[in-house]
Amino acid sequence: MKTRIRLIALCFNLALTCAAMAQDMPRFRWENFTTENGLPNNHVYCVLVDAPRIWAGTDDGLGLLQDGKWKVYRPADGLAHQAVLGLALDKRTGDVWAATLGGISRISAGRIDSFTQLNSGLPNDVVYGVGVLGDYVWVATAAGGGRLNTRTNQWSLYNERNTPMYEIWTYAVSPATDKVYYAVWGAGVLEYDVATQHWKDYNDPDGETEMVLFKDQGLIHEITTSVSYVDKILWVATYFGASRYDGRNWHNFLTKDSGLPSNFLNQVKAIDANRAWFSTDKGLAYYDGANWAVYRPALDTHKPEMLIRDASGRTFSVPVDTAPAHNYILGVDFQGDDLWVATAEGLSHGIRQK
Amino acid sequence: MIRKRFQLAIAVGLLVAAVLALGAWSASEQERYLNPVEMAFSPDGRFLYVICENADQLRVVDLASGAVVKQITVGRMPTGLSLSPDGKQIYVANSWSDNISVIDSDTLEVTRTLPAGFEPISAISDRDGKTLYAANRLSNDISVLDLASGKEIKRLVAGRGASYLSLTPDGKYIYCTHIYPNIGKFRTPPESEITVVDTLTQEIVERKPLHSIAGVFHVATSTDGKLSVVAELQPKNLIPLAHVEHGWAFVDSLAIFGEDVNGIVQVPIDELERYFARPFGLAISKDKSKIFVTSGGAATVTVIDTQQLLAFARSQHSSFANDLSASANYVIARVPVGPDPRGVLLSPDGSRLYVANRLGDTVDVIDTNRNEVTRSIDLGGPKTITGKRRGERLFYNAKFAFQGQFSCANCHLDSTFDGLNWDLEPDGFGKDIVDNRSIEDLSGTEPFKWNGGNPNLQTECGPRTEKFFYRSQSYNDKELADLVSYIFSIPLRPNRYRLPNGQLTAAQERGKAIFERTFTKAGKPIPENNQCAYCHSGPKYTNRRLFDVGSGKPTDRSPLIDTAHLPNIAYSAPYLHDGSARSLEEIWTVFNPHDTHGVTNDLTKDELNDLIEYLRTL
Repeated sequence: MKTRIRLIALCFNLALTCAAMAQDMPRFRWENFTTENGLPNNHVYCVLVDAPRIWAGTDDGLGLLQDGKWKVYRPADGLAHQAVLGLALDKRTGDVWAATLGGISRISAGRIDSFTQLNSGLPNDVVYGVGVLGDYVWVATAAGGGRLNTRTNQWSLYNERNTPMYEIWTYAVSPATDKVYYAVWGAGVLEYDVATQHWKDYNDPDGETEMVLFKDQGLIHEITTSVSYVDKILWVATYFGASRYDGRNWHNFLTKDSGLPSNFLNQVKAIDANRAWFSTDKGLAYYDGANWAVYRPALDTHKPEMLIRDASGRTFSVPVDTAPAHNYILGVDFQGDDLWVATAEGLSHGIRQK
Repeated sequence: MIRKRFQLAIAVGLLVAAVLALGAWSASEQERYLNPVEMAFSPDGRFLYVICENADQLRVVDLASGAVVKQITVGRMPTGLSLSPDGKQIYVANSWSDNISVIDSDTLEVTRTLPAGFEPISAISDRDGKTLYAANRLSNDISVLDLASGKEIKRLVAGRGASYLSLTPDGKYIYCTHIYPNIGKFRTPPESEITVVDTLTQEIVERKPLHSIAGVFHVATSTDGKLSVVAELQPKNLIPLAHVEHGWAFVDSLAIFGEDVNGIVQVPIDELERYFARPFGLAISKDKSKIFVTSGGAATVTVIDTQQLLAFARSQHSSFANDLSASANYVIARVPVGPDPRGVLLSPDGSRLYVANRLGDTVDVIDTNRNEVTRSIDLGGPKTITGKRRGERLFYNAKFAFQGQFSCANCHLDSTFDGLNWDLEPDGFGKDIVDNRSIEDLSGTEPFKWNGGNPNLQTECGPRTEKFFYRSQSYNDKELADLVSYIFSIPLRPNRYRLPNGQLTAAQERGKAIFERTFTKAGKPIPENNQCAYCHSGPKYTNRRLFDVGSGKPTDRSPLIDTAHLPNIAYSAPYLHDGSARSLEEIWTVFNPHDTHGVTNDLTKDELNDLIEYLRTL
């Protein structure tokens, strides 16, 4: 009898703990945008939040949502290419930089200036990522990285000739005042030390393309897709898991030992040293440093779903009424609690529920 | 004997005359002309501050006596002047020093120097006196400076040739205008803009488009904030200049905008058969009854009745800058002033208008009731007028062109260029489209014209100008000599891409090696006449010969092109003889498919960038 009571108490405590944890993990009401309500194209590669402006980079134009209305920029308006793969905000000026399949474009108070490999020093027109820090615009292209000095219009190019970049297919860039990180597709992560102007590469120590032999001994995989450097912590997304690096130790995340819904990641976006958003092909994941949450339409029923995995590995589902537009997530951006998600079938707005 | 004495006397006389003449020449050469361009009143209204760009000075004039009471040395080529809201600080934009001098208005001493971008033309404070904005002509941006720390916080992307700033009366916005049009597609109408800065967010919030406009100068807003005016130049560069006879070279106009008008309306200040070239300075009377506009090329101040202008503008459905008869509806006076009038300043009671005569070294004072000059203040420049100075006045004077339509300075704005390409000569409409080249430090770059047709400047500026440009009178021999003397004296502006110690960066060194290489990367010899450094040789980087570099177009009469001189090539986009290359990169990425303009197709993107880095230092 006592044993039964203890078991019931344990289950009750567990339920209470789970409920408390569920309470702690952010919950959202999702509003989704598609072409039906003004989005230029449902395939959304990236999103940028600069309230009250929301920018969506899509397969067919750059959308700007402001005051409830969409404005669309395409090559006819001066945009370098209709496919917009990355976005960055110059917080000092409000200018937005768009990485496209045909160069980069600066959108400044309605005027678009485009920089291509033909009219400027841009290394290549296929630009996957862009980042802004101070007077410099950093780009990740199919032919290496590049840095534009916006005061002088001078370019510095970074590739296999002057960095340890043995592949030049750069996918993303994350600039900060002390370090700049590149995700190099097939060549790990490249680090630029701003003070010394030296480059250093981080690679998968086991060198295996499909397996993880040495977990937490280095970068999880060479095929990196995204980097996010916040509070001196580097977060890396790859097609085979995610990594976190504090300058001394690596910690890797895989589906088998984390709350990641998939090891196939398109983007990681850190909030701070401990928290980050992960864009995967099987949903949007949030990590608070111990616990995980996943937001998506269920893979089988497509009904809204929120899954939680706590620090001890326990998992449970939280009933929800809404979900992001699609489970194939390409990117997120946020401003405070206001979360926006780029998916393969629309743009989603996560409105935090208190 | 008498004959010998006579000969000796003549010889001595000639020698004395030569020495005296040399002395006079030396004195006048050493003493720089002033070139006043902008003015401001001292806080107590007793003094007039005048920026003298050629003297690198701010001169202080006692308005009661008209005497210059102080000369303050500032940076090189100062062009902009404004006061802090409390009047305690004077800000001077030094265009060739890339900085701002801050002068204490009590002590009249320079107290500090603030950084700016490439070639700051003007600088103004916000209404709180906490932030200073500087318009940078060559970096095409606006510096935002924190006045407490003296540091530049950020740069805002302006249009090309950002030059003149004006704070709206409510302090909310700063308008920025541009001397050059934005880089656009080949043979499309020029586009300029009024860049609007929100002083609260310190961000650009709007770009008011100015269609078909190239050069834009001063901007002013009425006290009630409902009417803003910019002085602008509308070139007709897409049609042959043969149409000068029909008045189709330039329109001198204003763009007006604000609550008083619907949208942006462009209005002419020219008359049907008389032009008022290069509108520049602007003032609006406090009661908004009158607008005053200087025309540098016509040495005139035009006085406009604002209410008549607004009434006429409202009766139109769009801009009417090309209807030259319109000005009769609102222009109420034309007041002749000194040569090349620039900035204007209204006295607080509106009874007097001060006009800075750039090439007269004077300030004319116009009685605004009588609309006539009642006083001229001598700023104390050299009294001897040299041939070079006479030439400079000719360069900026539009009286030689048919109906006073334009002068050399219309296309060579401030003795530079205009960023446009033109269909200049009666060689058949649409033939031989030419880019307007820089004319700095021209000596040793002969022949002239892109087809090398003019062996010297006398030919370039003499009969050719008379026949093909002005279609009116031209310069006599003495005037022509003076004009040529002036043009050859136009200096190179400072190059901002060279390191202060004169050395090259690593990228520039690599680019220099590419410029001077004689072999391709595959080890194949490059023919001499296809090596960069062969054609672009000598002190001006031109061997002064014609070559076919493959850039010729079907519209060109000959593919042979004069080898361009390269000093300061970084600033004078577009490029190639017809201006079809919008950037240095496009010269090779777009217009050199067969390696006929140097061998460049074996270069990596890094190497091409290095080559361009080097070219920017020339």
